[in-house]
Formats: sequence, C-alpha cells, structure tokens
Amino acid sequence: MKIVVCIKQVPDTTEVKIDPVTGTLLREGVPSIINPDDKSGLEAALTLREAAGGTVTVLSMGPAQADLALREALAMGADNAILLSDRAFGGADTWATSLTLATALKKLDWDLIVCGRQAIDGDTAQVGPEIAEHLGIPHVSYVSEIELDLESSHSVGNPSQSGSLQPRAIIVKRNFEDGWQRLRVELPCLVTTMKDLGKPRYMTVSGILGAYGKEIPVWGLADLGIDPKIVGLAGSPTRVKASFTKGAKQAGRVYEVDAQEGARMIVEKLKEKFILGR
Amino acid sequence: MKTESDTNNAPRALKQPNTPNVVRNVAGQPNDYRGVLVFAERRGRQVQKIALELLGAARELADSLGEPVIALLAGSKIEDTEAQSLVAAGADEVVLVDRPELSVYLTEPFAATLTAVIRDKKPSICLVGATTIGRDLAPRVAARVGTGLTADCTGLAIDPESHNLLMTRPAFGGNLLATIVCPEHRPQMSTVRPGVMRSLDPDPTRTGRISRFDLDPSGADNGDNRGNGDNRDKVTILETASAKVEKKNIEEASILVSGGRGLGSAENFDKLNELAQALGGMVSASRAVVDSGWIEPDRQVGQTGKTVRPDLYLACGISGMIQHIAGMEDSDYIVAINKNPEAPIFNYADLGIVTDVNKLIPALIEEIRAAKKQ
Repeated sequence: MKIVVCIKQVPDTTEVKIDPVTGTLLREGVPSIINPDDKSGLEAALTLREAAGGTVTVLSMGPAQADLALREALAMGADNAILLSDRAFGGADTWATSLTLATALKKLDWDLIVCGRQAIDGDTAQVGPEIAEHLGIPHVSYVSEIELDLESSHSVGNPSQSGSLQPRAIIVKRNFEDGWQRLRVELPCLVTTMKDLGKPRYMTVSGILGAYGKEIPVWGLADLGIDPKIVGLAGSPTRVKASFTKGAKQAGRVYEVDAQEGARMIVEKLKEKFILGR
Repeated sequence: MKTESDTNNAPRALKQPNTPNVVRNVAGQPNDYRGVLVFAERRGRQVQKIALELLGAARELADSLGEPVIALLAGSKIEDTEAQSLVAAGADEVVLVDRPELSVYLTEPFAATLTAVIRDKKPSICLVGATTIGRDLAPRVAARVGTGLTADCTGLAIDPESHNLLMTRPAFGGNLLATIVCPEHRPQMSTVRPGVMRSLDPDPTRTGRISRFDLDPSGADNGDNRGNGDNRDKVTILETASAKVEKKNIEEASILVSGGRGLGSAENFDKLNELAQALGGMVSASRAVVDSGWIEPDRQVGQTGKTVRPDLYLACGISGMIQHIAGMEDSDYIVAINKNPEAPIFNYADLGIVTDVNKLIPALIEEIRAAKKQ
C-alpha cells in the first residue's frame, strides 16, 4: 500500500506573544514545527504501513527551510520526502496551494493521501478537500480512526517474499459535533486527520542519522510543468486586503481580595446585572 | 486479481487532466452573478441554528447590495414548515432539494447539490456554516466551481466602493485578524463561525418563494467536468452514532463556568459542576484542561474549540492565552478569578478577582445559594 502524507511546517502559534505596547505579533524566536494534525496523520500512515507493508512518502510545499520538517518526518520513519519549493508558489491561498500539491501528487503513485485536518497558522481545513477535488477522488475529513478493510485486501508481489497488502478500501471514523459515522471508502482516496488519531511516535536515533543522509528532491515550477498564472499569489482567487491585531477591550476593575470577599463581590455584581435572581 | 503492473500505474482515479475552472469576474464590468446564497444546514430533520445566523448576516449583505437572499435546504422528507422558517428568518427564496441520498450528510451528494444550485442561481456570495459539515462541503464545492473560499469568518461586510464582500477572519492562532477579498471570482464563498452572526427575530409575516430544484438522477448534471459524480458510490456508511442528546452545546448556554489549568487538578475542576448548577449554567474549559483530559473536547472554548458569547463567562484559573480569548471575548459579562495579577485574562474581564480560585469557588457557591434564598 502506497501512502502520501502532506505536511506543513508551521510556526508554533502557542509560542506567539503579543507586544503589550504596540499590539504587534512577536514572531521572533518562535520555533517551527510539523503541524500537529499532519503529524498525527503521519503517525497513522506509519501504523498502516506496519500492517499492510508498502511505503510512506511525505510531501510538503514551502520555503527551503521546510526541508527540516521533512527530515523530522523521515526520522519518524517515512520512506521518502519531496519538497515543493519555488518563489512562484509563494503567497498561495488554499485554492492555489491545493492545485500545486495536486499537480505534484499526479506525478506520484499512491493508494491513500493523508492530510492533517487543518494547520494551526491558518486553521482553514480547506487544502485537503480541495486536493481531493482537483484529483477527482473521494475524501473524508475529521477522521480520528483509520483501519484497512481487510476483507477486500489481497497481497501483491511474490508471496514467498515479504509482500504488501493491497486493500481496496479503508474504514474510517468521521467525527461531527454531535456524533460520528463509520465509513467505508474505496481507494484511492484522501483523508484529513485530527490530532486525537494518535500520539506521534518519537524520532529514533537511527532514524535521525538516516534522515540526514537522505536526499530530498526539490520540485519547482518547471518540474511540475504547471502554468505560473495558476500558482502562488497570481493563481489565488482570494487576497488579503488588510490585517490587524485585535485591540484589547476596555479592561474592568481588578481587585486583590481574599476568597470570601471575592465571592461576595461577584454575587453583588451578578445581582446588579440581573444574572442572579432573574 | 490485480497484477503487479496494475498497481504500478499512475493514480488510477485520474480521468482527465485537471484544468482550473475559473470564473473570471472582470472588475467594473457588469456580471450576472446576483444574490446571497445560504447553505441551510439540517441535521436529524432539523434546520440548525447556524442556518438562521447565516440568514441574518445574508439579509444585511443582500440589502446593502440590493440583491435577494436565497437559502438552499437540502435533505430528505423536508417539511414545509422548515422552508417557511427560513423565509421567516430572512430568505427571499428557498430552494428545496429533497432526495433520499441527502437524509444524512455525506460529502459527494451534498457537494453535487450545492454545485448544481450555484451553477443555476449564480449567486454573487455563498455562505456556509463553519461546522464539521460546512468545513467539509465548502472547500470541495469551491474547488469544483473554481472560486476562492475564506474559512471561519467572524465578520462580513460589503465594500462600499467595489461592492466586494469583505471577509474578516482570525489567523495565526487568533493573534491576528485578516480581511480577505475575492475580487475576480464568483461566487465569493465563505464559511462562517457558529455563534458569531446574529439571527433575526423570526417574522412569520415575511413572504418568500419556495421552489423545488431537481437534479438529474443520473448525476450527469451535478458532478464536475472530471466525473466526480462517480465518487458517491465509493463511500458507504457502515455505522452512525449520535452523541447523547441531553448534552447541551456550550455555544447555546447563557452562563458558562469555565475552568483552566490554574485549578490544579481534575478533582478541583469537577467542583465547577456544582458552581455551574448553582448558577444554572454549563461548564466549559480552556484547551490546557481538555488536553489534560479533565473534560471532553466539545467543552473547549477558544480558537481551536468553540466561540461562545454567553451573558456571563466566569473564568476560573484561566490565564487567558490569546487563543482562548478569541473564543470568549464577546461574552456580555466576563468575571475572571486568578491568583496571578499579571494574567492576561484580566485585560478582558469586566470584573477581576486576584485570589486562590480553589478557595473562592466553595465560598461563591455558598453566596449564590444564600442570594437565591432571599
């Protein structure tokens, strides 16, 4: 079974602070990480490979530094990595990003594509489903469990050697706010994974050593043979018109008092606001 | 059985090369895209609150554009009263698509339906709720019709000069707000965060057109150019489960007692239940608490959780990370209790108490009970 996992290198937004005076973002020194939902997706892919054999390839679009995220994925156990990097890809919205990734995916061989549900820097959750649409394959999002549909699997290759299972379908748990579905999805397909799918494994020492020896091909505009007008900022239907930080709302009063006095003050205010006694 | 060479073929699903299917809307030129289309989400044969919120927002946008509000209600065995409730909430036209395969949400039948309605009605704007259904459906449809999509908007307005939709959304973990436009493609699509837009008071005297829309049952007219209609056979439902119905949604609570890591332990956190009961509210939590497993993820407030706007938000031992603030700052009245006077939550609180929260909670429960007896 051949799996491609799309990962994104993101700034760790939990480390981002706001300058209390200017209200601007303090991004300096913020570490870059593999997006958490993507990392869980990678974990799921590696687990599936353990069951079915085959390969796990990681694919990322980003600046040259994203190489580091791909090496981390290799150190966790991925077999191959590919970086899509070109100045022309910069400034892409989800439409252009998904089209670029889909174009690269068409050059690869896969049964299953795994994307994280959403990236913590953008939180859009759009790239996965849009890739699936560009490829014309089904997708399931908000997936928290993936298993092989073993009834429809068969082995490929020489059975006397360590062959690989070739499932025709997977069974996934799809989450909603108010419940879930268990779905059977025919391969090839795309799933978007949530971080509760599994705690990502750690890199191993031999994995780390191996990862730094591997060559990660970098594919640019020419390698994809894609029209520069449909990638990056030029190919993006949406534009950022303005961005701003939120001003803090007018702060109320803060009192340093003991617990009993604090409780009394809260109840007074709640009565005043008709929250109590209505 | 497949042969080795079969499996080595390039991806099997690809039928035709993918060509961008872009609708160019030349700026300044008249175009035939008119109307604000709302995807009216329906679950378990009930129109969802988000649909009414979207209609409230759509009404305002449509009025400033001088265009109609169109609601798409897709499902199976739809009652007339459901369509009428959408008219009462602001729709000028309700498009009903009633088909057996729309009884439960699955991506492909709904994507085909929304795509067909967009192609038929040519709306200038299409709004979808940023729910686990809408955030699955909207990107699939946006990619199919070839337009941009802005996720999780918390503000919508019309630019008075260009008449483009201004879509404002939090980015960067809620640290930043960005206003996004989609100037040359139609419809301008957006998913909208639940709990942010105000629904109108239902007006049963409003009138609107209710029409039935039929898709070609063969799927010939409702897929895309790449034969995606076929995908509906590739996903089957094996099992469906709904969360306990009695569990109310924190987005609908008017009083929230919310706990953070400052409570110190799961046992201390559990005491919030008693406080919430005394106040007639619900318990919610910060991400740290959910990550620690003290409460279920559906109670999480914040950027990666829910946006809430209760009458009272009582923050107990919550420091106020910006991601948390993003989910509760519009609450009507915010009380924060934290032993650290520097905690950022105090910048957002109407009333702040610097004290040991675990000592305050039992005292507060007593005070509330005493006040209720009066």
